[in-house]
Amino acid sequence: MIGSIAAIGMGLAVIGAGIGIGNVGANAMDAIARQPEAVGDIRANMILMAALVEGAALIAIVMCFLVAR
Amino acid sequence: MIKQFIFILFSIFLSSTLVGQVLPKKGEQQIRKVETHQAKDGHNYDGHNHDGHDHHNHNHGTQSHDGHNHDHNHNHGGQKSTDHKNSSSAASHNGDHSSDHLGPSCDHAHDHHSGEFDPGATAFHHISDANVYSIGPWNFPLPCFLYSKEQGLDVFLSNKFKFDFMGHGEGHQAYNRYFLDGGRVKRVVDSNFPMGEVKIDGVVHDDESHAFVCYQSKMWNADASSTADAGLFGGGITSFFDFSITKNVLSMLIVFLLLAWMFLSMAKSYVTRKGMAPKGIQSILEPIFVFIQDEVAKPFLGPKYMKYQPFLMALFFFILGLNLWGQVPFFGGSNVTGNLAVTMVLAIFTFFVVNFSGNKHYWEHIFAMPGVPKWVLIILSPVEFLGVFIKPLTLMLRLFANITAGHMVIVIFVSLIFVFSKNGASTFGGYATVIPSTLLTIFMMAIELLVAFIQAFVFTILTASYIGAAIEEPHH
Repeated sequence: MIGSIAAIGMGLAVIGAGIGIGNVGANAMDAIARQPEAVGDIRANMILMAALVEGAALIAIVMCFLVAR
Repeated sequence: MIKQFIFILFSIFLSSTLVGQVLPKKGEQQIRKVETHQAKDGHNYDGHNHDGHDHHNHNHGTQSHDGHNHDHNHNHGGQKSTDHKNSSSAASHNGDHSSDHLGPSCDHAHDHHSGEFDPGATAFHHISDANVYSIGPWNFPLPCFLYSKEQGLDVFLSNKFKFDFMGHGEGHQAYNRYFLDGGRVKRVVDSNFPMGEVKIDGVVHDDESHAFVCYQSKMWNADASSTADAGLFGGGITSFFDFSITKNVLSMLIVFLLLAWMFLSMAKSYVTRKGMAPKGIQSILEPIFVFIQDEVAKPFLGPKYMKYQPFLMALFFFILGLNLWGQVPFFGGSNVTGNLAVTMVLAIFTFFVVNFSGNKHYWEHIFAMPGVPKWVLIILSPVEFLGVFIKPLTLMLRLFANITAGHMVIVIFVSLIFVFSKNGASTFGGYATVIPSTLLTIFMMAIELLVAFIQAFVFTILTASYIGAAIEEPHH
């Protein structure tokens, strides 16, 4: 039972991270379309931002792992 | 610079190896575990003692005894009396479980290959560390260095456990109370278990994948080794340390030697082939090296980037090397960067480098952000201070979770074959899933190849940005 609840929590956390990373990616694509010459800088910063958003989801996932174990 | 690079690489390797095993022996956790086990069973007590299950009850009596008395009760008489005392709770355990499913019992110790296939357990087995190195279906023994407080240090090769050359690393023999379960060394807690080489009947697990050894039709409680990962994949704080050259340690050693060789020969060729075009391995590594220097080190660290470049390069190439080493199919599939202890060491290195190189400006921004009202600081400063620890924590978890998830997904895609063929019972299901499952696995491995680079890059770029924030000079 706790395992199922943890699995739902994991899913919810991933929805949040998905929206966040989606925003990062979409806006990075926008920026690249506007300024193709800045693609290198934008890509590096995009990966950095995506990684930061991902971090929050990962903490949630590990918490779910610990609870559900 | 190459010397610094090699030195940092070596210290990362050494500390990752050592920090896998921490913390002193403590019996309390084990006892607590067994007690909760009993409490769970106790409330459902129905008083029935089913006929023909006598030795089953006896087993559980032994199990309870192990947890309670293994610290101070060393004689056979003591065991007997505890057995009787616990027989009622053992009976309730039996009665409780007979309705839905049987608890762990030595009756099934031999036929662990029949029954349902468990993809989750298989995945966890494949991502965990092992005391055997498996190349393809073949297992090769590795040296074991095991230390427990009662027995001292035991050094031997893991083929003492008599595991099958082609199998999953289940040992058929215990040695000095140590035995092999799914490739991992575990230790029988009970001091009544004989020392030396003892043939065991098998290993059974309970619902929480806690292992019990079957020996003389009794179940003997067993500990996994002490681990630093809060017992996430077994272990925790237990009765023995495993300092062995495990699969992960061997992989780290190989990757370390490979990197050292590649970079030393590359450094030498800059002298011997001065002014000439790069050749061989140099032409692969140089673009990557220059990419990290130009995209990570220079933009984030500014003019003082050379001071931190060896550290960043060591991080990047060590993580990348281990990620790729774990990707090689049929070659151990060691999940080193998906091991919390290893990523923790990498993150601790970042933590120390960031905080030791932090200037006044950096600490001022943590404890007393300039231009912020006093009452906001009461909330802001603790949050900023927590951030100092959360940054390396997320570094650790990100790398661990990404690599572990990748390994698990690949294993589960392969497991689809066994799930649909009902572990060999349905030939049609097996044939029908082989091709889709293989395609999915290849697709996943392609993605994992990308992830191997991205995660190494992300770890490095985040480390660089943290260092950059710590050494930034004020400009207002």
